[in-house]
Amino acid sequence: MRIALMADFHANLRALEACIDHAKAQRADRLVFLGDYVGYGPEPQEVMERIMQESERGAIAVAGNHDQAVAEARESMNADAETAMAWTRGQLGPEAREFLSSLPLRFEDDTRLYVHASPQTYPAWIYVNDGPAAKRALEASRAQIVFCGHVHQPALHGITATGQLVSFQPVPGVPIPLSRQRRWLTVLGSVGQPRDGITAAAYAMFDDQTTALTHHRVPYDVEATVAAILDAGLPQELASRLRKGR
Amino acid sequence: MPRLRVTTGTSIDGFTLNNCLHMGVMASIWDVSLPAIPSPLLMKLPRLGEGIDPAAIVGFEMEQMILPRLSGPHVPHYIAQGMFEDQPYLVMERIPGTSLLPMLERLPLEPHEVAALGCRIAKALDDLHRQHLVHLDLKPSNLLFRPTGEVVFIDFGLSHHDELPDLMGEEFRLPYGTAPYMAPEQVMGQRKDPRSDQFALGVLMYFFLTGVRPFGDPQRLSGLKRRLWRDPVPPRRLRPDCPPWLQEIILRCLEVHPAWRFPTAAQLAHALQHPEQVRLTSRSERLKQDPFLTVLRRRFADHSYLSKPKLGATARQDGDAPFLAVAIDLSPEAAPVADEIRTMVTRMLATLPGARVACLNVLKQGRIKLDDVLDEHGRNIHLQRLIQLRHWAEALQLEEGRISFHVLETPDTADAILTYVNANKVDHVIMGARASSLRRTLLGSVSSQVTSHAGCSVTVVRTRQLRSSDTPMEPEEEHSGSWTVG
Repeated sequence: MRIALMADFHANLRALEACIDHAKAQRADRLVFLGDYVGYGPEPQEVMERIMQESERGAIAVAGNHDQAVAEARESMNADAETAMAWTRGQLGPEAREFLSSLPLRFEDDTRLYVHASPQTYPAWIYVNDGPAAKRALEASRAQIVFCGHVHQPALHGITATGQLVSFQPVPGVPIPLSRQRRWLTVLGSVGQPRDGITAAAYAMFDDQTTALTHHRVPYDVEATVAAILDAGLPQELASRLRKGR
Repeated sequence: MPRLRVTTGTSIDGFTLNNCLHMGVMASIWDVSLPAIPSPLLMKLPRLGEGIDPAAIVGFEMEQMILPRLSGPHVPHYIAQGMFEDQPYLVMERIPGTSLLPMLERLPLEPHEVAALGCRIAKALDDLHRQHLVHLDLKPSNLLFRPTGEVVFIDFGLSHHDELPDLMGEEFRLPYGTAPYMAPEQVMGQRKDPRSDQFALGVLMYFFLTGVRPFGDPQRLSGLKRRLWRDPVPPRRLRPDCPPWLQEIILRCLEVHPAWRFPTAAQLAHALQHPEQVRLTSRSERLKQDPFLTVLRRRFADHSYLSKPKLGATARQDGDAPFLAVAIDLSPEAAPVADEIRTMVTRMLATLPGARVACLNVLKQGRIKLDDVLDEHGRNIHLQRLIQLRHWAEALQLEEGRISFHVLETPDTADAILTYVNANKVDHVIMGARASSLRRTLLGSVSSQVTSHAGCSVTVVRTRQLRSSDTPMEPEEEHSGSWTVG
């Protein structure tokens, strides 16, 4: 089975459509969405409609911190994120709000774990942004492979039974076999707001037969999303960072 | 955990084990067969369990990742891999014949044999490096030959692949490799430099030429590190008949700093193939090791730079040290195109500090009668062409060693260029278009033949005013002995 994994959409419909089209062209059998569907971007309602549609067809979805923030403003956010969130709440219909509040925080699929930020439950929404953080995250789980997002920068970490750590920057389009002798954690790049200096949308494909994991980059019409952000009156910085991929 | 017992006749996922070819500390190797595949196959089974070096299993994991990503004649073809009752396995093409190991019994070899062998290995290495791989364990027992003559590398357990996680490098603090062949930077823990394989090849050539290993076979890390400051005995001291150019090449491969070696294995292969083009430095003259004080100074120098990535900027595999072949028509009517080509090459060189240039000219010969080697003034035509080529290239201001000159004598221009390009692993051909479209029509286009058959990029240069629409169509005499392309 070929599983397409996507995270951090941030209400960027064009980036989402580009990734889904790419994944279907790559013969994905299953879609897995790792949260943060909304926030920052200009098309929260449209993105939710698409996510709900795929979910009805069998896609797996878990919740991210921005999705939770729609219902309850518990987490403190930076000013731009807060502004965008206030705007987002006004854009979402009742069905989308209901869907978001019903999402689980984690999903176990065979020996794989899908989670937005980290398997660690406390504190909430940890950033797995280096090797030691990945090691702590893996220690909090029993899954052989943990898939997460939240950081917006793709990475792959593996540990042996003796706790030896390998960290790697995946090369787009190059399949990496995830050996069964190790446990792995991969951080997906962001679909809707990449922060690794590349503007193209990021997602990954995992083949559970060959155990090969491939990170992909998919170009989309960044300028159209930028224009939509400005049209919606959202903070300018949210538009310009899409152009820089930062 | 139950361990799979393998014996002759055991079947693993359809593969039948025939006989055990090798029972090593790290793995056992079996001759296997599968009805669907008639060619001979080989299965590698790592040894698992207590007391087994963890590097063995990590090396096997690396090989499982790397082998399916490699292709071409210089590696065994990957067939299958899998898990069978907790026992991982890897199946690949079995290369008939033996490794270079038996050759050790008839050392030393003649200098020309060493150069020819080194050249074949260097070309194969270049092919590996272009596939993002640094082998890191080049030695006689890991080199085989196909019946068709190509060198085949085996055992990628210690290799580094640029696009895959380096499980070996991350897990073990001590350097892994084979002591006599390990490059200094590898000893210091740097695994990403393709020029490390050049060092190993230098050791191999030195050993095959002299019968002696340049750095011995140290058993401890302190002994391994000695090669950072102690230079080897120059080969000519041990083999007085070793030509200076071969010593130059071998000692350049054995330089401590990777930046002082050849920028790429392709350039090393070219040097071994064209001894007359090797720029001789003091390396070629040396008959003694460096004096005591020099060695002492190096002994206490800071070598930590070797363990840092990115030594120099010219040895990445992604092509910033390309091999450019420039085909130049020296006939007077092609002078504008030759100027245009020079301008273009100058611009390209500005962005490619590691590039190497070969200037080619074709001396056309009749197919039937042997042409005179002297022109009407009694001068050697071949030599005249070389002088003209050097003159053309002067303005490029390339130091010797980065540029070479070749006059190819042949009846077929396109064929000569293609043969050179393919035999020397050229990355990019730059050539001019034929000056007159009528001649192109009559004689056929050399550049289009080269473009369609070269295994690399080809740039065809044309001067603006010589485009067909602007040029009067007048037939020209073909100058004897000159050639034009277009």
